[in-house]
Amino acid sequence: MLKIKDLHASIEDKEILKGINLEVKAGEVHAIMGPNGSGKSTLANVIAGREEYEMTGGSIELENEEISELDPEERAHKGVFLSFQYPIEIPGVSVTNFMKTAINETRKAQGKEEMKAGDMLKMIREKSEMLEIDRKFLSRSLNEGFSGGEKKRNEIFQMAMLDPKLSILDETDSGLDIDALRIVANGVNKLRSEDNATIVITHYQRLLDYIVPDFVHVLYKGRIVKSGGKELAQELEERGYDWIKEEVEA
Amino acid sequence: MSFKDKILSSFIALENEVDTETYAHQLRNEALASFEELGIPQRKEEAYKYTSLKSLFNKDYSLFPKKESAIEYGDIKPYLIHQIDAYRVIFIDGIYSSHLSETTHDKFDVCLMSSALNNPKYSPVIEAYYNKLAPKDGLTSLNTAFAREGAYISIGKNIAVEKPIEVVYFSTGNESTLMTQPRNLVVVGENSQVQIIERHQSLSDNQVLTNSVTEIFADKRAMVDYYKIQNDHLNASLIDHTSVEQKSDSEVRLHTFSFGGALTRNNLNFYQRGEHCNSILNGVTIIEGKQHVDHSTLVHHTAPNCESYQQYKQIFDDKAVGVFNGKVLVDKVAQKINAFQQNNNILVSDKATINAKPQLEIFADDVRCSHGCTIGQLDEDALFYMQSRGIGKKEARALLMFAFANSVLESVKIPEIKSRITKLIAKKLGVEIGFDL
Repeated sequence: MLKIKDLHASIEDKEILKGINLEVKAGEVHAIMGPNGSGKSTLANVIAGREEYEMTGGSIELENEEISELDPEERAHKGVFLSFQYPIEIPGVSVTNFMKTAINETRKAQGKEEMKAGDMLKMIREKSEMLEIDRKFLSRSLNEGFSGGEKKRNEIFQMAMLDPKLSILDETDSGLDIDALRIVANGVNKLRSEDNATIVITHYQRLLDYIVPDFVHVLYKGRIVKSGGKELAQELEERGYDWIKEEVEA
Repeated sequence: MSFKDKILSSFIALENEVDTETYAHQLRNEALASFEELGIPQRKEEAYKYTSLKSLFNKDYSLFPKKESAIEYGDIKPYLIHQIDAYRVIFIDGIYSSHLSETTHDKFDVCLMSSALNNPKYSPVIEAYYNKLAPKDGLTSLNTAFAREGAYISIGKNIAVEKPIEVVYFSTGNESTLMTQPRNLVVVGENSQVQIIERHQSLSDNQVLTNSVTEIFADKRAMVDYYKIQNDHLNASLIDHTSVEQKSDSEVRLHTFSFGGALTRNNLNFYQRGEHCNSILNGVTIIEGKQHVDHSTLVHHTAPNCESYQQYKQIFDDKAVGVFNGKVLVDKVAQKINAFQQNNNILVSDKATINAKPQLEIFADDVRCSHGCTIGQLDEDALFYMQSRGIGKKEARALLMFAFANSVLESVKIPEIKSRITKLIAKKLGVEIGFDL
């Protein structure tokens, strides 16, 4: 599904990612953990194609196709989805209309016809129920005045609507209380299949109790310094990151 | 020959064609003298500091169209809000077109300024209202001196006009450079209601300059809903002077949508002359290239317990220039008023300009006055967010810009106008996405 080789990226001439190698196969969930400032969010944004980050070396392949030259919307059309750590408020654009535009623009790019209004409504109903989203809030302006939990639930709702191949969840657990965390994790788990893959970026192990990863990677100073199974997350929870730092510095 | 000299000789020609014994002609003579004294506003005048009219007035305009123009309904249909059943007052090169107009009515007067100015039947209204409100500056004087035609709308007491009245001025381009002086008078009686749509539209590439004057009187408890749709050809310029007087408990809402034209100057003056008036001045400007749009507004609160709301949202691309000069004047007696002014601008390009100047002059001590002015760019984070959901950059920008302007559209009461404006905005932004937000 996703193959990242020797990825280097910088922002404003400061190198953040210093040679990342990562392979994510269909059906897998990978967790990327690491202390603050290690480059986790940068990695998510670079995969999604944010222009402010300059990719200075390496390659990103999605289903054996190089995507690093593509615009963010083209990557989205090919099935990349980024759940934002801080979803943006867009006053004046309702959640429903935003989704409708996103889905139809994607379908257009894929050479498909626009989705019929009835089908769209049915899907919106189904997915919003899955994430226990109040219907009233679908006609509100996107993320405007939403609580932290509502914003994150709304991100996963968008993910459910767009049905991506590769989902990257950037700190989706931050700002969530335990009930919202359970709802969001259930949503993500229901969307998992043999044909898609998920990268969960998180600082804490808590989310990984609900979304159980197949692999855990530790990112530190722009490199993946340790990889392992889900037990690595548990170990990080117990021992913190210092021992990893020590191992790396040694 | 300078523009001023041309005006004097043209006035003599005008006198051969009009009844010089009327009250209106008396006003014309006075206005001509006043124009001679004041002339065309210069940039050294504060009110025209950011808008130069020089290049507009150094052209050799024809003031009287010589030929009758054969225009059919099909030619003008795209410019009408044709989905709605409306009264229509259509002018072609400044001349009323009876076959394109639709003014059948019985309870009130929708007719022509030419007949109103000459027919004694209308003289009580003309003498009471005509030229009473328009400012007496050079350009309005020029209009008063030459105005012969326009819409005359007079509505008595307790009448709700059931259909909107659409007033459209077309220029055919039969003259290579034409200057017109449309003149509208709207008198709305106590407890009456009316909706009016005004538009100036050129049908060719030729140079057109329109110097339009409109006076609107809203009596007690009257409600006036007025829309100006400015989407003219890029060789057409418009200087508009609209003045509104409100009596107690009246509400006047005026929307200005400025998308087209080379240079557009909107002088919009509201005078509240009674308690509990509500004035709403809303505008959306979206321009590009070398277009220039200037909104100069005045809200004069002369009575207590009134409200005024101004909301102008503007988007400038390329080298477009905008001016917003919004003045709120609160007299000492006008206690307990609430005056609100909001002017938000987006500069899409580095070379676009907005000159924003809010002015508040408050002589009362127990009032609420607030104003806000912002100038910004499109939010890059929001653009990336939308792109990451599969919305192309162009569409994402358009959606953001539409969302920005949308709060003004929400106050449009005629659904057909709202959908027309929405389509115009989509077209202006070069996208095909629907904006039914």
